[in-house]
Amino acid sequence: MSESFPGEIPANLLQLVSPDGERMASETADPWLDDVLAADLVGLYQDMVVVRRIDTEATALQRQGELGLWPPLLGQEAAQVGSARALRTDDFVFTSYRENAVAWCRGVGLTDIVRVWRGNAQSGWDPYSVGMATPAIIIGAQTLHATGWALGAQHDGTDSVAVAYFGDGATSEGDVSEALVFAASFQAPVIFFCQNNQWAISEPVGLQSRANLVDRALGFGIPGIRVDGNDVLAVLAATRMALHRARTGGGPTFIEAVTYRMGPHTTADDPTRYRPAAELEQWKAKDPILRLERLLDSLGLLSIELTEQTRGLADAAAAELRAGCIGLPDPEPLTVFDHVFATPNATLDRQRAEYTDYLASFDSTGGKA
Amino acid sequence: MTMTTMMRPTASALLGTTTDGGAAPRPGESLPGAPLRTPVPLAAATTLTMAKAINAGLRQAMLDDPKVVLLGEDIGLLGGVFRVTSDLLAEFGARRVIDTPLAESAIIGTAVGLAYRGYRPVCEIQFDGFIFPGFDQIVSQVAKLHYRSQGRVSMPITIRVPFGGGIGAAEHHSESPEAYFTHTSGLRVIAVSNPQDAYGLIRQAIASDDPVLYFEPKRRYHVKGEVSPELGAPMERAQVVAAGTDVTLLCYGALVTTARDVALAASDDGVSIEVIDLRSLSPVDYETIEASVRKTGRLVITHEAARSGGLGGEIAAVVTERCFDYLEAAPVRVTGFDIPYPPAKLESHHLPDLDRILDGVDRALGRRR
Repeated sequence: MSESFPGEIPANLLQLVSPDGERMASETADPWLDDVLAADLVGLYQDMVVVRRIDTEATALQRQGELGLWPPLLGQEAAQVGSARALRTDDFVFTSYRENAVAWCRGVGLTDIVRVWRGNAQSGWDPYSVGMATPAIIIGAQTLHATGWALGAQHDGTDSVAVAYFGDGATSEGDVSEALVFAASFQAPVIFFCQNNQWAISEPVGLQSRANLVDRALGFGIPGIRVDGNDVLAVLAATRMALHRARTGGGPTFIEAVTYRMGPHTTADDPTRYRPAAELEQWKAKDPILRLERLLDSLGLLSIELTEQTRGLADAAAAELRAGCIGLPDPEPLTVFDHVFATPNATLDRQRAEYTDYLASFDSTGGKA
Repeated sequence: MTMTTMMRPTASALLGTTTDGGAAPRPGESLPGAPLRTPVPLAAATTLTMAKAINAGLRQAMLDDPKVVLLGEDIGLLGGVFRVTSDLLAEFGARRVIDTPLAESAIIGTAVGLAYRGYRPVCEIQFDGFIFPGFDQIVSQVAKLHYRSQGRVSMPITIRVPFGGGIGAAEHHSESPEAYFTHTSGLRVIAVSNPQDAYGLIRQAIASDDPVLYFEPKRRYHVKGEVSPELGAPMERAQVVAAGTDVTLLCYGALVTTARDVALAASDDGVSIEVIDLRSLSPVDYETIEASVRKTGRLVITHEAARSGGLGGEIAAVVTERCFDYLEAAPVRVTGFDIPYPPAKLESHHLPDLDRILDGVDRALGRRR
């Protein structure tokens, strides 16, 4: 619990790369990484650097008034990239609103990532083209959607898996408990991927739970894995284990990825009001990107060429994000009525017609005709 | 649709690939192994109770479309507490008739996930007063996902709700919560009143690409009527069930029978009442109502639900706006009181009955104040 032990890493945590970048052997996890080669480590590293750069750019866009709000993922890059890169395209993820790195890995367009936060639409992308649902802002609601999707996949006879991403705060919501009950009852192929980033806005995880979050899973009859969420390899291995279980009829898994929200809850938040600065400093020492850099360095992979190439990728992503964001046209007024229903609706059609007439009653200068 | 899911390319040759190159299916895409279906229509016209008529409609919908699945508490072996799903488990199996754990939010929330995957879930809420634990999923997810996703994700979910009083039940078993849902954009709301409509409208509701709240008047479950295998009038249309010239009487659900009795009783007194069964509570078929009110000049609306903020007030306002010059008197509401549902020994005071509605008719005629 961060309240009592800020920054302390519990002993039962699956960790494969130490904060110093040392690769630690694990009999249970290593077999799941046999096929991970140097190029894969580089790929994971580049993903993490790029999404952090996207995060910085989006925060800047918010400060410059181009976005209404932005929920930074700073510190959670390994948890999101490590899990999302374990998935197949036919898997489906149901996330909350901070999973920008998951969106990146799934192939969501950069402009689509910020469409919501600029206020242009209530969601940014076609879920079916990227296998990622529209993010849920109601905390925990998506865990049920993932469970239902997984039931459907099970009934269809496929081995596709649903992944629900949620935070430590969400674990207190009734929907999450109900999702765990349903998933266990039907042995649904779903992974509950909890990013325990220690804070739900201003509330420490100790307020949500006196026990480790992963311990809850056992009470539902669901196996759990507690993994160092700042260790991209450990997260990759843990997710692969859970995916294998789900694909082979073994049912759901709860993964608690222990990580840290290094930034504010959103750009509207001020963590200095509730969080000791020392705690942040302790977690900075466990920075997920720094850790992978040290590992790459120890393997002789962190060349100047790689560093420069990666910076180039990040800068290009940031530039694309900025241009796409600023270039988004405002939606047309009458689209406010679009897509409320899939079928015609006389009541709403009348309101649209009335508002159309009202708008048309203004002359070209904006005055009443 | 053949659009392929593409995860974002990575430097890694391994990560982000898929074993089968496929994407999760969009709704409407056929999956391997989908069973052939042979529609078996209801054999000509039969006399059925309303409960059996709904059962026949559910069965036909399940025969027509393998994506129709039922979820609810006790709907399997027991056939539901009102036996509406009797024998469907035996015919369609536990994957399509799903007895769920006792969690209404999960019943709705997993239906959302199933709909994401292309299923047409039909949820049974055991009693009206039990819908509130599922309220958030209905209002925040089911009703909004089509709008949120700009039409990319449909929610063809039917939520069946036994509603209304008159059966001498315990608290939470006699409520009329329809106005919460007619106030929610993105939902269609239906209330049936007779076996034929119950059959036709459950099939229409399930076939609709919009979510439908389908209210079943539980005190009429065992009333018999002729049922033919017809879908009947479109579900958004009201129906004139007794023609008249002096007063328009609007009703729905269990009170349609009462309203017809009112019309008979009034005719003895020389008053001609036009009874309209609303059928659709959202959207309301104002075309049919306006045509009647322009003829009669007088409007009485009756429902079991509480008066304040109820459907009657909204209809009275709209009719007043659109038919002001035709009205001979202010619209009259005959409804339940603004009280929690009372104990069984008092419910006859709360529920509009023949005499109270006749009293309302007298007020509309200016005979009483």
